[in-house]
Amino acid sequence: MIKDSQARIIDKKSWNNYFLFSLESPRISSQAHAGQFIMVRISQHPYPLLRRPFSIHSKHEKNIEIFFQVSGLGTDLLSQKKVGDSLDILGPLGKGFHGGENLNRKEVIAVGGGRGIAPLYFLAKELRSHGASVKIFYGGKSLKDIPLKEKFESEGFELYCSTDDGSFGFKGFISEYLKAELEKFTPSRIFSCGPEEMMRKIAQLAKKKKIPAEFSLESIMGCGFGVCWGCVKRIKKNGEEGWVKICEEGPVFSSEEIIWTEEEK
Amino acid sequence: MTDLSIDLGFIKLKNPVIASSGTFGYGLEFDPFIDLNKLGGIVTKGLYFSPRPGNPPPRLVESSSGLINAVGLQGVGVKKFSEEILPQLRQYSTAIIVNVCGERDEEYASVVEFLDKEEGISAYELNISCPNVEKDGVCPALDPETTFSVVSLVKKNSSRPLITKLSPNVTDIAEIALSAQEAGTDALSLVNTFLALAVDSEARKPVLPNVFGGLSGPAIKPLALRMVYQVVSRVKIPVIGMGGIISAKDVLEYLITGARAVEVGTANLIDPEATVKIIDGLTEYCQKNGIDKIESIIGTLKKS
Repeated sequence: MIKDSQARIIDKKSWNNYFLFSLESPRISSQAHAGQFIMVRISQHPYPLLRRPFSIHSKHEKNIEIFFQVSGLGTDLLSQKKVGDSLDILGPLGKGFHGGENLNRKEVIAVGGGRGIAPLYFLAKELRSHGASVKIFYGGKSLKDIPLKEKFESEGFELYCSTDDGSFGFKGFISEYLKAELEKFTPSRIFSCGPEEMMRKIAQLAKKKKIPAEFSLESIMGCGFGVCWGCVKRIKKNGEEGWVKICEEGPVFSSEEIIWTEEEK
Repeated sequence: MTDLSIDLGFIKLKNPVIASSGTFGYGLEFDPFIDLNKLGGIVTKGLYFSPRPGNPPPRLVESSSGLINAVGLQGVGVKKFSEEILPQLRQYSTAIIVNVCGERDEEYASVVEFLDKEEGISAYELNISCPNVEKDGVCPALDPETTFSVVSLVKKNSSRPLITKLSPNVTDIAEIALSAQEAGTDALSLVNTFLALAVDSEARKPVLPNVFGGLSGPAIKPLALRMVYQVVSRVKIPVIGMGGIISAKDVLEYLITGARAVEVGTANLIDPEATVKIIDGLTEYCQKNGIDKIESIIGTLKKS
C-alpha cells in the first residue's frame, strides 16, 4: 500500500463520457494485481471531500491505467485533468482476483457491464499470461457504452458484445447473451464486474452450471484502506455471515461468499 | 526547539494532535503511511463488550465539504481487541485512548472493567454521543441526567482517566458538559457528529437505510468551534476540540478558542498522512512566530 502524491497523467483518451488515463506510478505498478484498485484524490481542497476508488485497468512497466465513466462531480472534475497534471493516489488496494496459475490451458470467461469492464482487461492479460484462453463478454446500453471493444480486439481476445438497444452485437443484456452461449460450452471459471443486478444474474447462471465464479463489487468508499467501515457488503466467509469491508477483504469475492440482495422494485 | 507538548493534567501528550475514533481504525492500519510514534494520541474505534454488526449499507454519503456516515459502530468487541490489537498498539510511544461504547450504562462499565486489567491504555473516551445506534439519533449525551448517570457509573468502575465525548445535537452543550464534570469525568471531547439527513430526490427516499447519519468534515468546523467556545468558559476540566480539522491552522483556531488538544477525524480518510502533516505544520507555525511552547496560545482568543 503506497501513497503516490505525484502520479503524472501521461496519456488520456476519451469516448463520450468514458475516460482512460495512463498514470506514471512505478511503485504502485510494480505491486499491482488484477482486481486491485487505487483511491484518487480529486481536489486538494475539501470539495469534493473524499477520494474516489478506481479499479486498475492495466499496467505496463512504470504505468497503470484507470478507465472510468463520468457519473458525478468527482469523476467530472477528474475527467477535466490534463496530460502532465499529477494525481495524488493510494494503491494498490484490496485483494484482487484469485484464479490464476491453476487455469493453465483452461477456458475462462470475463463478463463486464458498462464501466465495470475496467478491471477485466488487466485480468484477461494476467490470465492469458498464465496460459488460460479468455473469452470477453462486454455489454452496454448502446454502442457508445462499449468503447473498449477495439482495445480487446486488438489484443486478440475473443469478444462477445451486447447492447440493450441492439445498436451493436447481441440485443439484450450481457447476462442473457452469456446464458445462451453457456448452452454451447462450459468454461472453467467466470469473472465479472458491472452493475450488481447483472452480477447477481451471472452468479445464478454460474451456480446452476456449477461453474466457479468471482465478482468485483463496487461501493461508495470513505478511505479505501479499511479504517472507516463505510463500504461493507453482506459476505459469508468461513461459515460466518456479516458486513465485510470490500476495500480490505475484496473488492473481489467468490459467488459462494456474496449474499446478493434483491433489487427493490 | 519548539515544545508542542500538552499537559492534560492526567496525561501528558507529545503534541495536541490526537487521531479521532471511527476514522483511524484500530490505529495499526496507518502504520504503512505514518510513524504513529509522532502522534499526540490515538483514539481507537468504538468498542462494545461484544462484537457489533453495524448498520446495513449504504453507510456513507458525501455532502458539500462533509461526510454523512451511519456506520453504526461495527467492531470487534473487548476480547479480540485485548488479545489481538492492544498488544501491537502498546508498542507505540503515543497515548492510546480507547473509545468505550455501551447499549446500557452497565455495558459501558463492563467494557472499562474488562480493559482495566490490560496494560498500555492511557485513558478511556466515553462515547455517549454516537447518533447512529439508536432510532432518531438518541444517545445518553442528549440529556444532563442520562449523561450524569453513565459517567458516574463508569468513573466508579475505572482506574483510568475518563474523557467524555459530547454530542452537538443539544440545545445547550454547556449544560451537558457541566453534568459530565459533576459526575467526575477528567476531560471532555467535543463534538461528535451532527445528526443529518441526505435525500435521494429521484427515489424520494433517504439515501441511508438508517435515515439519519452523522455529519463530519470541514463543513462542521464553525459549528464545533462555537460549541468549544461555549463549553470552555463554563468548565474547569480540559476540553479536547474536534470537528472538521484538516490543517494546522484549524488546530490553532481550536487551541486559541480554549481547547487544550484536538482530535483529527475525517481528514484521516482523505489523507492517511494528515495527522503528521498537521503536527509538522504546528511546529512550522510556532517557529515562524517565535512561540516556544504551544500551550501558551491556548485560550488566547481576544474579545472582538
